[in-house]
Amino acid sequence: MTQRRSMFLLSSVVFGFAFLYVPILSLIIFSFNESKLVTVWAGFSTKWYGELIRNEQILEAAWISIRIAFVNACFAVALGTLAGFSLARFGRFRGRTLFTGMVTAPLVMPEVITGLSLLLLFVAMQDLIGWPEGRGVTTITIAHITFSMAYVAVIVQSRLTSVDESVEEAALDLGAPPAKVFFVITLPIIAPALISGWLLSFTMSLDDLVIASFVSGPGSSTLPMVVFSKVRLGVSPEINALATIIVLVVATGVIAAGIVMRNQELRRARDEHMAAAENL
Amino acid sequence: MAEARSGVQTLEPWNDPDAKPYIRIQNVSKKFGDFVAVNNVSLDIYQNELFCLLGGSGCGKSTLLRMLAGFENLTNGNIFIDGVDMVGIPPYDRPANMMFQSYALFPHMTVEGNIAFGLKQDRVPKTEINKRVKEMLDLVQLGPFAKRRPHQLSGGQRQRVALARALVKQPKVLLLDEPLGALDKKLREETQFELVNIQEGSGVTFIVVTHDQEEAMTLSTRIGVMDKGEIVQVGTPTEIYEYPDSRFVADFIGSVNMFEGRIIEDEADHVRIASDEAGCNLFIDHGLSTTPGAKVWVAVRPEKISLSREKPNGEENCTTGRVDEIAYLGNLSVYRVELESGKQMRVTMPNLVRDAAERITWDERVYATWQPSSGVVLTR
Ligand SMILES: Nc1ncnc2c1ncn2[C@@H]1O[C@H](COP(=O)(O)OP(=O)(O)OP(=O)(O)O)[C@@H](O)[C@H]1O
Ligand SMILES: [Mg+2]
Repeated sequence: MTQRRSMFLLSSVVFGFAFLYVPILSLIIFSFNESKLVTVWAGFSTKWYGELIRNEQILEAAWISIRIAFVNACFAVALGTLAGFSLARFGRFRGRTLFTGMVTAPLVMPEVITGLSLLLLFVAMQDLIGWPEGRGVTTITIAHITFSMAYVAVIVQSRLTSVDESVEEAALDLGAPPAKVFFVITLPIIAPALISGWLLSFTMSLDDLVIASFVSGPGSSTLPMVVFSKVRLGVSPEINALATIIVLVVATGVIAAGIVMRNQELRRARDEHMAAAENL
Repeated sequence: MAEARSGVQTLEPWNDPDAKPYIRIQNVSKKFGDFVAVNNVSLDIYQNELFCLLGGSGCGKSTLLRMLAGFENLTNGNIFIDGVDMVGIPPYDRPANMMFQSYALFPHMTVEGNIAFGLKQDRVPKTEINKRVKEMLDLVQLGPFAKRRPHQLSGGQRQRVALARALVKQPKVLLLDEPLGALDKKLREETQFELVNIQEGSGVTFIVVTHDQEEAMTLSTRIGVMDKGEIVQVGTPTEIYEYPDSRFVADFIGSVNMFEGRIIEDEADHVRIASDEAGCNLFIDHGLSTTPGAKVWVAVRPEKISLSREKPNGEENCTTGRVDEIAYLGNLSVYRVELESGKQMRVTMPNLVRDAAERITWDERVYATWQPSSGVVLTR
């Protein structure tokens, strides 16, 4: 009985993981394919990686994407933290539910709509005040900030609700004015949430295709846009190589973050255990 | 009880009509929505007092303290500290420091950093900060832990850091919310002593919240007993214990035997009360001014009752019953006696004789008596 059950569990796990990772695995394998035909194996080669490095268009797009992602992440963390802080700490002000809903709306809004509305806004603004001049890196960055900051706000808010508010009150009580309390007490305590918010914003910006397509202009194609336009002309092993590199970078980041967090968790648990054992 | 105060403070500013209260709480109320957490509280607290707010869980002690510290707005009333109206003054400008019930230590700072924080806000010179932090660490016996973070400390250690952090600024008013709750008995007694010492030496006015009545008796110059958001009685520990003015206070502080009865005689120098519950007439050696026939309660503390096998002289303040339960505590024994009315009565008697055979035991029929001055008549 139990054996049958464990067989069932095992096969579910295998099937689930296969479903998730076989496509990625096949992509990685075929990136080392000698042949130009993606589906026919013709021996091992790293030549597509060489091609990739020589491809100006892809490199330029990657550089644009990274710049956008970086600026976006910084702004999103700054704005999202302020929004999350006011959601968590201003108590029950008038229209709080509305505000919460509005901050989190971009999370569920279809990207097409977000993209389209931003495009319309940018066009209208250009007509009215002459800024932003045309569409390009600036407009993509602004568009990304609008949805990234919603994620940061939610992360910061949920982190703050688990921080005892009396810690901030204690700092006030000891003579620190509110702004100082925010920078000296609140921010350091929620720093891990800010870091994960930053990383999330960064990756989401790197990933985004739909919104960027709406608000980009000539000479500002991001990496996903270039990849997508190339794939429409047929999948080349070059793209496989690019995808493999991206998977590698992302996996390294995720695993590194995981290890750091786990170590912190372990050390904390050990410290608490020791303190309790001393029981002085 | 009350050992720490055996120095006997003869100064009693609350009995002096000319004394100026240092903290004046006037008709203060606090509502959360429809819920009244603090209801029309008025209190005068004098300089150098150690005032205890005592009451059950949820009776509004912390809320009152938080209003003094400036974290809650008053729904009604006024608070003056040293003659200054506190309305609109933010917490960081008030001459009060608070120790939080949840300790509220800064998790990203060391023990030292936590204690130094308040001094840094006042731009105290660095050498002075180091000196005072070190003194505080010695006081709360946390010297070896100075470099640790709060999560590396046990509950009692955290509590002492919180205490040190509030004390180090030597404010005019110290508000302590359950300051000693997590300490073990020995450390608790030491720290109680230390608190009283600090308070007597520093001229700081302390307001201490506790729900431990023994702690309140030990520490305080005066106690304010709270119930459901209201102050029900204010007095010295002795007044509160010996002369409670309501059934709630009598019951809340220490244990008590409460007999319901009816006044049958109320003269200038005595009162006589008939009580079916007690099984005898109750005689009190001072007058009241109530209407005869009024329903009252008489409270008698367990240690003021004595038990005997032989029937004593006199009919009043003397009842009889069967010993139901005995708890031997070494220095004294607690007897539970079931009276003929079915009421359980609690009696504590010192164990004067060593020989167990001579002591009253289970199921014995005993007589219980007390002095005319022992009972307290309560009308509410
Ligand atoms: N922010 C709040 N919103 C609504 N109700 C509150 C709030 N703070 C306190 N209360 C309520 O007010 C009452 C008094 O709370 P308070 O914290 O003052 O109790 P306490 O006497 O300190 O109790 P304890 O001994 O358990 O600490 C409680 O019933 C509590 O639920
Ligand atoms: Mg409380």
